[in-house]
Amino acid sequence: MTLLVVSGLTVRDQAGTVLVEDVSFTVEAGERIGLIGESGSGKSLTALAVAGLLPPGITATGTALIDGVDIIAAPVDMISASEKARTGVRGKIVSTVFQEPLTALDPLMTAGRQIAVPLRRFRGLRGSALRAAVGAALDEVRLTDTDRIAGSYPHQLSGGQRQRVAIAMALACRPRLLIADEPTTALDVTVQAEILDLLDSLVAAHGSALLFITHDLPVAARVARHTHVLRSGRIVESGPIAELITAPVHEYTRTLVAAARRFDAALEGLTRD
Amino acid sequence: MTEPIIEADQVGYAYGKGPAALTDVSLAVHAGRNVALVGESGAGKTTLLRLLLGLTRPTSGVIRHAGEPLTRDRLPGYRRAVQAVFQDPYSSLDPRQRIARIVAEPLRGLGLGADPVRVAEALTAVGLPEDAGRRYPHEFSGGQRQRIAIARAIVCHPRLLLADEPVSALDLTTRVRIVDLLASLCAERDLTILLISHDLGVVAELCEHTAVLQRGRIVEQGATREVLRAPAHPYTKALLAGVPRLPEAAQPR
Repeated sequence: MTLLVVSGLTVRDQAGTVLVEDVSFTVEAGERIGLIGESGSGKSLTALAVAGLLPPGITATGTALIDGVDIIAAPVDMISASEKARTGVRGKIVSTVFQEPLTALDPLMTAGRQIAVPLRRFRGLRGSALRAAVGAALDEVRLTDTDRIAGSYPHQLSGGQRQRVAIAMALACRPRLLIADEPTTALDVTVQAEILDLLDSLVAAHGSALLFITHDLPVAARVARHTHVLRSGRIVESGPIAELITAPVHEYTRTLVAAARRFDAALEGLTRD
Repeated sequence: MTEPIIEADQVGYAYGKGPAALTDVSLAVHAGRNVALVGESGAGKTTLLRLLLGLTRPTSGVIRHAGEPLTRDRLPGYRRAVQAVFQDPYSSLDPRQRIARIVAEPLRGLGLGADPVRVAEALTAVGLPEDAGRRYPHEFSGGQRQRIAIARAIVCHPRLLLADEPVSALDLTTRVRIVDLLASLCAERDLTILLISHDLGVVAELCEHTAVLQRGRIVEQGATREVLRAPAHPYTKALLAGVPRLPEAAQPR
């Protein structure tokens, strides 16, 4: 069965302004889908709608079936969709990693306790088994000195360490779909490269599907495969990312590729003879 | 070579009694030769910028402007010659003020008077419509706000622009436009840029000289071409390797 089916997704704000319009796409088990768009393209709202995490006042229509459960159960208002049904899906089947780990993590909880929350809730772990699972989760995101990290508060960790903790938390319950919304945008270049490698290998190891959202075409090219280009709330072009880059059809995709090529070329021009 | 516009000479700095944030940093910016300061979080880039802006005094070493040590009584003249643009155009503009007032701020601060002609000229130079002056920051997109911040920085015709990650908060297509704008301002207004960035593509595009800062020390500096083509320091190599690039173009169809 297809893991995620989004069809006719439309998101409106309180005034009724359409922010995302008639977006449809699917994610098969183990697939890596990219959503590319710039500020205001509606890429993050699409991700939030799919995860059932739209902020109050923002409403979604259409369907988003995750493993057969409609996240947008009531046709008019997201909020009236059964929270219980959605909670059953979040964490276990789908989980999310956001751009800014400092706001995604609770500042008053140690990293270890935060990772323990989904493990306790969804895998029913307690006591030493829970502690071992937290350690394993931190190990998996290649954090060394896991005891110290588990006992640290978010402000005591670096940006890269925080994002690793957030990824450990998201993957702790082996979700079948990981939604990553600009997971490396706030990070330094060398840390970004490490985190992209990490996501790449973890998703492959677990066989999870990935919905990777970014404004950065070169970053998307590292991890995503089939990709949709969003502009002003609509999908303007879809296809394998390699084809979008080498043979963009839509005017907007061409602009994106040209912008990325521009800086690549500047660097190439200097580093090659 | 002529006197540098600004020069850090064996500068060291520590916050309070803490460890050194900068150690033995020497860097000179000459007119017409844009300099990039490259490094990651915590390397000391912003600390060095604060010293160069005269907001903080170095613990050791000296900052010179046109050959003279930067002292309190020389700051007004210095402010006229050196202006800054910051990373986040959402927090660097006062949301309660109209654009014209925001852009005129350096003129008022320098006692030059909020000349509307100079404000209009600055807004035109950054490619904003003339009526922009009557509007408020929230009416503009991120890229336009960064243009406003640049207009404010160039309104008093400075010789040097200290730009702290001026494009890293912007979308890629907007980034291209702002980099183009900065390049054209350099060419047309006799302006030199000290660019703080971790984006080596932008550095390659704008700057002739590159200095790499790691843990408060300059580990490598020289002509951008040389530094990027044959990086000597492992950290520079790691930075270069980390740059995400598009896969090679396939054969044109």
